[in-house]
Amino acid sequence: MRISRIYKKHEEEIVAEVDLSRLDHLIEKYRHKKGNVIPLLQGAQEIFGYIPPIVFEKISAECGIKLSDMYGVATFYAQFRLKPVGKLIIKVCHGTACHVQNANEITEAIEEGLKIKDGETTEDGLFTLESVACLGCCSLAPVMMIADQTYGKLTGTEAVKIIKNIRIAESKLN
Amino acid sequence: MTTTKVIVGLGSCGIAAGAGKTYEKIKALKDSENLGFELKKTSCVGMCYREPLVEIIDETGSYLYGDVDEARAIEVIQKHINQHEPVKDYIVYTDLFPAAESDYMDSQVKIVLRNCGYMDPESIEEYELREGYKAIRKIADEKIMHEAVIRTILDSGLRGRGGGGFPTGLKWKLAYGNKSEEKYVICNADEGDPGAFMDRSILEGDPHAVLEGMIIAAYAIEATGGVIYCRAEYPLAIKRLNIALDQARKKGYLGKNIFGIAGFHFDIYIKEGAGAFVCGEETALMASIEGERGMPRKRPPFPAASGLWKKPTNINNVETYANVPWIILNGATAYAKYGTEKSKGTKVFALAGKVKRSGLVEVPMGMTLKDVIFKLGGGIKNDKRFKAVQMGGPSGGCIPEFLAHTIVDYDSVTATGAIMGSGGMVVMDETTCMVDVAKFFLDFTQKESCGKCTFCRIGTKRMLEILDRITKGEGKAGDIEKLEELSHQIKENSLCGLGQTAPNPVLTTLKYFRDEYEAHITAKRCPAKVCKPLLTYTVIPENCTGCMVCARNCPSNAITGEKKQVHLIHQELCIKCGACFTKCKFSAILVE
Repeated sequence: MRISRIYKKHEEEIVAEVDLSRLDHLIEKYRHKKGNVIPLLQGAQEIFGYIPPIVFEKISAECGIKLSDMYGVATFYAQFRLKPVGKLIIKVCHGTACHVQNANEITEAIEEGLKIKDGETTEDGLFTLESVACLGCCSLAPVMMIADQTYGKLTGTEAVKIIKNIRIAESKLN
Repeated sequence: MTTTKVIVGLGSCGIAAGAGKTYEKIKALKDSENLGFELKKTSCVGMCYREPLVEIIDETGSYLYGDVDEARAIEVIQKHINQHEPVKDYIVYTDLFPAAESDYMDSQVKIVLRNCGYMDPESIEEYELREGYKAIRKIADEKIMHEAVIRTILDSGLRGRGGGGFPTGLKWKLAYGNKSEEKYVICNADEGDPGAFMDRSILEGDPHAVLEGMIIAAYAIEATGGVIYCRAEYPLAIKRLNIALDQARKKGYLGKNIFGIAGFHFDIYIKEGAGAFVCGEETALMASIEGERGMPRKRPPFPAASGLWKKPTNINNVETYANVPWIILNGATAYAKYGTEKSKGTKVFALAGKVKRSGLVEVPMGMTLKDVIFKLGGGIKNDKRFKAVQMGGPSGGCIPEFLAHTIVDYDSVTATGAIMGSGGMVVMDETTCMVDVAKFFLDFTQKESCGKCTFCRIGTKRMLEILDRITKGEGKAGDIEKLEELSHQIKENSLCGLGQTAPNPVLTTLKYFRDEYEAHITAKRCPAKVCKPLLTYTVIPENCTGCMVCARNCPSNAITGEKKQVHLIHQELCIKCGACFTKCKFSAILVE
């Protein structure tokens, strides 16, 4: 399941805090390049973790790209997020090799362990659970990826244990 | 005396298996004990099932160690380096004597993977030591004309490795024939097929080979710009490509008048995909580079006439380009020596699923599927029965056991109803439900349909709904016929390859495993015991110890029984979640 792309109304208040000046460098870099919509959106998401509505408006105004075109692109590609996500995204691979080796069990175990559903974020904002098509690590199936780290040959129990350890490590950081 | 080299495999799969830690451990040992060997990095040699891999090359030869975790790393370094005694038990491959994985390596012919796992992918010097950039130099030095380069590729018989199988030389010829001030060369690295990781391994292991292939293509068709469209899911591949591009630019291999060829200006940039399977289709890919929604366009015009920014464009995939330098250097005849009449050369396959040795293999076209799966793949995990192999991802199909003698070439695989595809081979055993597999792929294509054509957008949805019902035990008479009818309509009426091939997984499983569909629909039974709503869970009285674990874990309180007494599952309460089966330590739950 992909993460929901539809705004909820009350979230528009949250986005008021977005610091738009962080976009300046990105906009300068791509303003006049052709085919710049996707890199602009990717860059904005890199900065904010998702693409808030006012970021669309700012880019649209600065670069002269129609809002509807940008929204069309943002909702077409799985990568773009229109609402905030957790600090770490848990990507559970559901490619063919993982599927025939019980990837569903991994997702189910994490859902149970973190008390969230696929596509949702934990209350503390640390983890978002996401199912993805294929991470290309089929020989280690079933796999999941947290940040840039891939974990292979998992069982449900192991996956939950790895996540618990990350949570402990993260709490020590704070 | 030559310095002993210790080389750690750091591809994505190696890193996931812990090769990063192994590398750090060896580095720490080297530093603390001041050991006199050279520590180096490489990428995946294809033996993913033995990762982390560490190769030691000393004056006696090369030794590849498998499953080298930190503890093993210490042992291997101490014994092999300090005491000059190779640890035979851990050696998986060596050129000195037969080892555990010798048949895996020796049955392969490595053209595309010639450098993967044999050099540091982040070093242009190492690539050049292995005949890198020699092919383009040969073209420059011998002043080989565009037509002659294209002729060599045509004569080699190289066909597009992305799945289509269109003759590469012909594609180049068409693009060359369309004159324009601006022309483009695109590398399709949007490897979206679930179960395929050939291109990732090539990009991570030998990025310069892909760049060189693109430079040669650019020279051949007189292109002015190059783009690599790479999936964002492959961060390591993108990182190494960027390193390779910088190195090539510094050396003047990209830029103006490259390799001393007057007027040959060419540079390449990377375009990261944004997560849309349909962008693997060439016209959708170009729309995506142009910054639009990645929706396919009508062909003709073909990219060779009007492609990126409406300019003549040549588009090939990663593996195709990686073949090119080898062909130019060794000649068309040397390449065409491998393979079958209509499919020349080698093909890289990503072996995955229920196979013992899961990894990357490169074999000459014409090898049988059986040899690939059993000889190279080592057979089925846990010695279960081989049931089928899925080739071609969501556009392909499942080839059953009785067709295992099929040889790998474009036409033979297509004759089974599957397609060669980009090279994903997912092996399935008796515990894989074919209806579930068909549903899995339909679910995928349904989500990934761009929505442009009605048949693809709605047809796949209707098919998925039917398959969903069947796997839930709600199938009814006429479902199979409806699936077939929808399949044919979607195949005939969709604009692009995604839609035209989307029904293939259903059609092939219906063709070869119709009885499984019928068992689901008529007998409400899943023979492979995968579709949970069709299963019944009962306690085997002889095995039950009355430990109460199942009862405690049952979310619907459907299990009753006293301590140390045989338990009972109340079928009317059972939600078929399988928790009792997973938790029972005494194999006392029977699933039927």
